[in-house]
Amino acid sequence: MGIKNIGQQGIVFAVFAVLFAAFALFLPGFFTTANMLTLLQNVAVLGILGLAMAIVVIGRGIDISLIAALAVPPGLVLQMVQDGYSLPTSLAAAFALTIVFGLINGWLIAYAEVPSLFTTLASGLFLAGLGQAALFKLDVVQWSPGLDGFEHLGQGNLLGIPMPIVMFAISCIAIAFLLRQTRLGAYIYAIGDNPNGARVTGIPTRPIIVLQYVLAALIGCCAGLILAASVNSMPTRIFNSTLIYDVILVVVLGGIGLSGGRGGVLNVIIGTLLIGTMLNGMTIMDVSYSGQNLVKGVVLLAAVIADSFLNPRNEETAQQGDI
Amino acid sequence: MTRSGSTMLKTMLLGIGLVASAAVPALAQKGLDEPFQGSFKEALAGKTVAYVPVAMNFDLTEGWFAGLKKELEPYGVKVVVRDPNWSTNAGAQAVTTLISEKPAAMVIHNPDVQTYAKLLQRAESEGIYVIQINMGSNYRSSAFVGANWIEIGERDTQAVVDYCKGKSNKIAVVQGALSAAASAYTLKGVENVLAKNPDIKVVSSQAADWDAAKAKAITQTVLKQNPDLCGIVGFWDGMDIGTAAAVKEAGLTDKVFVATSGGGERRGACDLVKSGAFGLDLSYDVPTQAEQMAGTIKWLLSSGVKPGTVKGSEYTTLIPVTKENAGSDTACWNLSDLKK
Repeated sequence: MGIKNIGQQGIVFAVFAVLFAAFALFLPGFFTTANMLTLLQNVAVLGILGLAMAIVVIGRGIDISLIAALAVPPGLVLQMVQDGYSLPTSLAAAFALTIVFGLINGWLIAYAEVPSLFTTLASGLFLAGLGQAALFKLDVVQWSPGLDGFEHLGQGNLLGIPMPIVMFAISCIAIAFLLRQTRLGAYIYAIGDNPNGARVTGIPTRPIIVLQYVLAALIGCCAGLILAASVNSMPTRIFNSTLIYDVILVVVLGGIGLSGGRGGVLNVIIGTLLIGTMLNGMTIMDVSYSGQNLVKGVVLLAAVIADSFLNPRNEETAQQGDI
Repeated sequence: MTRSGSTMLKTMLLGIGLVASAAVPALAQKGLDEPFQGSFKEALAGKTVAYVPVAMNFDLTEGWFAGLKKELEPYGVKVVVRDPNWSTNAGAQAVTTLISEKPAAMVIHNPDVQTYAKLLQRAESEGIYVIQINMGSNYRSSAFVGANWIEIGERDTQAVVDYCKGKSNKIAVVQGALSAAASAYTLKGVENVLAKNPDIKVVSSQAADWDAAKAKAITQTVLKQNPDLCGIVGFWDGMDIGTAAAVKEAGLTDKVFVATSGGGERRGACDLVKSGAFGLDLSYDVPTQAEQMAGTIKWLLSSGVKPGTVKGSEYTTLIPVTKENAGSDTACWNLSDLKK
């Protein structure tokens, strides 16, 4: 295996390793157990969202509405509990909303054949608008006493490991299992690699595409519940933030090609770790906000440029095009 | 009173009665017309007040809107809202459109000091009173109603500095968004106090973009590096929920003093101070601000002064919400009450 065969994944891993080693050597207080846990905890929600996005991207789609699924159903849980409903009822309502939302997304993409980018762009706006107009009284839905105990999901520990990390680990294992060990996973790769070929071989492509979006929405909702539990409120305005770009970044940076059919959970983990290390190191160094953006941009550009040198465009990307 | 005095009194009363019935019969039987209220009502009735916040749907802007409506609608003033939903562009467009619609007054919540400044000047030259709230622009209009951010920065930092006496003297600052004037002004206040207390060491001063999750991530990292931190100055209670969550998770709620500021809505301020999440939350009491705005509008409309010829400020008197008053009914307000 020569240098030509190092993929994006390898490059990003190398960048991560170099950065990590440099911080560990030169930044006192970086390489400690406590700080490592903080690092992981701070990117756990991003990582979980990355997993949801990975499922969709591997199936040659994209889900821009993920942040709406993160913000609105968990916001609904907090709002309903505030209004006096019990926690189980509120959770059931939120999951029902999420599933319906995923089904609509999936139906539009798989059956109505609207491109996923446009479908989810519009449906995300719709869900966020619905939340603001009809469901929530305020942008930031506050915690209420009825939720006591539930905050362990975001603030608790399991054997000294913060819950968000545990949840990220569980999600990683579950989704790795789904993608690599089940027939469904194999179908998703097949659809992503060549949708028409997959259909010809008898794979029920449309129901599986619908399922991808339902899964993504559900994972997004879980990530939102962890986020809400961790900051004791649901800032639903997060939909207007640039979080979705970070999620796509984690996925693409990790080496899951937007043309589908490639990559897996490991790529998401690597992408997440790189972002986490950069953020954590720069926070310790007290780098200013604009300085952080500058460094982030340079590192990402470096990774992308290195990739296009080592893996020049071939016949396949020329035919499919890339985003 | 003596007997002889009572005869005299009778005579006097008789005399007064005679004089009164002859001179002012109207006073006793019909009312007296107050000469100014008629023109006041006329000046207000049928007028439109346009309100452009940075976004609706959060406690401050919803509170101001509800307060304005409560005060002005009974006089026949129409209060309309244009919601740019955090988009500076959409806000500038809304203000431009409003200038041609010619409301009697505009209540403007600036996203930054620059964008609306020229537009507001134009509005006043076209005869629209402009009242700016909480976040002002470079243009000084008829009135500014709002918090003095420098004072907030100073008082929050002073509280943290006082708490830190005899402790580690290490503090952290969690700023808002870099582009927001409110954040920059508050930072100036922080610097003012720090200049007088050279023994205080700022271990971290970062912007969290008014985002609770970012504030939490930053605070977590800072606390891991400086477990002996004694205080944090936060710039907005809506964001510092995250700051406080990080402190709580580290088990340092009793050791790290979090000072912040906000609109004083019960869930966002008093409840969190009561729970120990915040040591101090300086409230700029939104209902009072709304009343002041409404009062200013009433005064301007009834005075008939030419817009742009008088300019003044009404800085909000802050209510420090601490453990002592967080449980009281008066320190905070409920949005649901204001909307009734």
